[in-house]
Amino acid sequence: MLEVEALTAGYGGIPVLRDVSLTIDSGEIVAVLGANGVGKTTLNRALSGLIRPDGGAIRFEGTRIERLAPPEIVRMGLIHVPEGRKIFPTMSVRENLELGGYARARTRRAANLDRVFALFPRLGERRRQLAGTLSGGEQQMLAIGRGLMAEPRLLILDEPSLGLSPRLVEDLFALVVRIAAEGLAIMLVEQNVVQSLEIAGRAYVLENGRVALAGPAAALRADPALERAYLGM
Amino acid sequence: MLKAEILLAALANGLLTGAVYALIALGLTLVYGVLHIINFAHGATLTAAMFAVYVAHQTFGIDPYLAIPLLAPLFFGLGYSLQRWVIGPASHGDDGNILLVTLGLSIVIENALLAVFRSDTRSIEVPYGFEVVELGPLILSLPKVIAFAGAFAVAGLLWLVIARSDIGKAIRAVAKEKTGAALCGIPVGHVYAVTFGIGAACLAVAACLLMPTFLVNPRIGNAFVLVAFTIVVLGGMGSIGGALAGGLIIGVVESLSGLYLGESLGQIGIFLIFLVVLLFRPTGLFGARA
Ligand SMILES: Nc1ncnc2c1ncn2[C@@H]1O[C@H](COP(=O)(O)OP(=O)(O)O)[C@@H](O)[C@H]1O
Ligand SMILES: [Mg+2]
Repeated sequence: MLEVEALTAGYGGIPVLRDVSLTIDSGEIVAVLGANGVGKTTLNRALSGLIRPDGGAIRFEGTRIERLAPPEIVRMGLIHVPEGRKIFPTMSVRENLELGGYARARTRRAANLDRVFALFPRLGERRRQLAGTLSGGEQQMLAIGRGLMAEPRLLILDEPSLGLSPRLVEDLFALVVRIAAEGLAIMLVEQNVVQSLEIAGRAYVLENGRVALAGPAAALRADPALERAYLGM
Repeated sequence: MLKAEILLAALANGLLTGAVYALIALGLTLVYGVLHIINFAHGATLTAAMFAVYVAHQTFGIDPYLAIPLLAPLFFGLGYSLQRWVIGPASHGDDGNILLVTLGLSIVIENALLAVFRSDTRSIEVPYGFEVVELGPLILSLPKVIAFAGAFAVAGLLWLVIARSDIGKAIRAVAKEKTGAALCGIPVGHVYAVTFGIGAACLAVAACLLMPTFLVNPRIGNAFVLVAFTIVVLGGMGSIGGALAGGLIIGVVESLSGLYLGESLGQIGIFLIFLVVLLFRPTGLFGARA
């Protein structure tokens, strides 16, 4: 579904990611792990078209997307739920969700809303509340719900656990598993290694803008190199 | 003390003029609220719109009010195209560049108008130009009353579009959270251009409402721009309701200071307000954000 090949990307010509390759198949949960500053968010930005890669190729469902603009990539079904949520604080929960479906036909909006409210009943209860007044966990649910409104085939979650209590992270990750069970692929970008490897099938570990380790989650959990990749930073 | 009727008349006239000021400020404040830049071509665009009304009337015999459905879409298209294909690409996403590009654009527009129309001052004559409406003790100019109603109608329509429509929601989303909006599939460049287009369309309507009672020359827009800036600052940068209230306040201040200080000093009151607000309440009377 997603094939990233020798991707180089950065800011103002200075590379952050070098020669990154990875693949994600439909229905998979793939974790992308790495310490703060290794380039995880930069990878997501390149995938969703927020920045133009300096080299390499990104194929989504067989189509080259590295030169496309975000709206085109969204329409293809690659949805990036950004770090820090980036919801619209002065708009209601419902308006936030409706905007998530901006790229989709209006006729499917009601059904998609129902689906999101079924998944996150809290959002349904608070549909009229301003998004900025939600708790951190609720804001993360809203960000994911907004992403689901765009009918993703691949959902990229950038550090969804950031700022949440371990118990909330557990609830959230259980929901991620449920969402994946509906048939879409999920790229879970995290610093929270232990909990991410519990729900992911495979994982990539980034170090200094390169892929340092890759493999099945179960194998990585037992790999001492994983710890080194982190403590080495 | 002046007689109560004179004071009342000045107040009423101030409100009538203030509504048109508000309409001129609307586009400025909207563009600021969404793109976070000040459009320095705003005044020149108003001048161009006023000349468009003038030409429509003198050459084609089109009444200024009937020109609204022609010129509002035309100026929407102009504003949209300018932002989409000139200002946007020329500024490479740098706010400082956008500022300079709009400044350059205002000089180009003004000089083009000077070349075509020279610096003469012109006006149009309409049959209802001197008709009045009697409202109790007040005698009000009919075109000014129409301008007042028209300005409020446009502000109301704009509010409805921004609050309810999909594009209005997209505009608010881009204003607050550009990246989040882009990741929803909202085309940010298009939304910027629509915002610019709306601003220009408001100016076209303002020009149509002004021309029955106003004159036009290639520099006339500048006279309105200081006023519009003051309104935007007073009302809180980016606030539609603030622009409306600010416009009415400024209209009244100008009218009253003209009454007490004389016609030529009327604008000094406005400038004083501009300075005082900037010094003591830079977020504006109605601005919430710091
Ligand atoms: N907008 C930006 N402009 C310039 N450099 C950036 C920008 N965003 C991130 N960086 C730099 O890129 C590197 C990787 O950042 P990021 O991709 O955010 O890492 P991560 O998400 O893994 O924490 C960091 O060194 C950071 O300073
Ligand atoms: Mg990050």
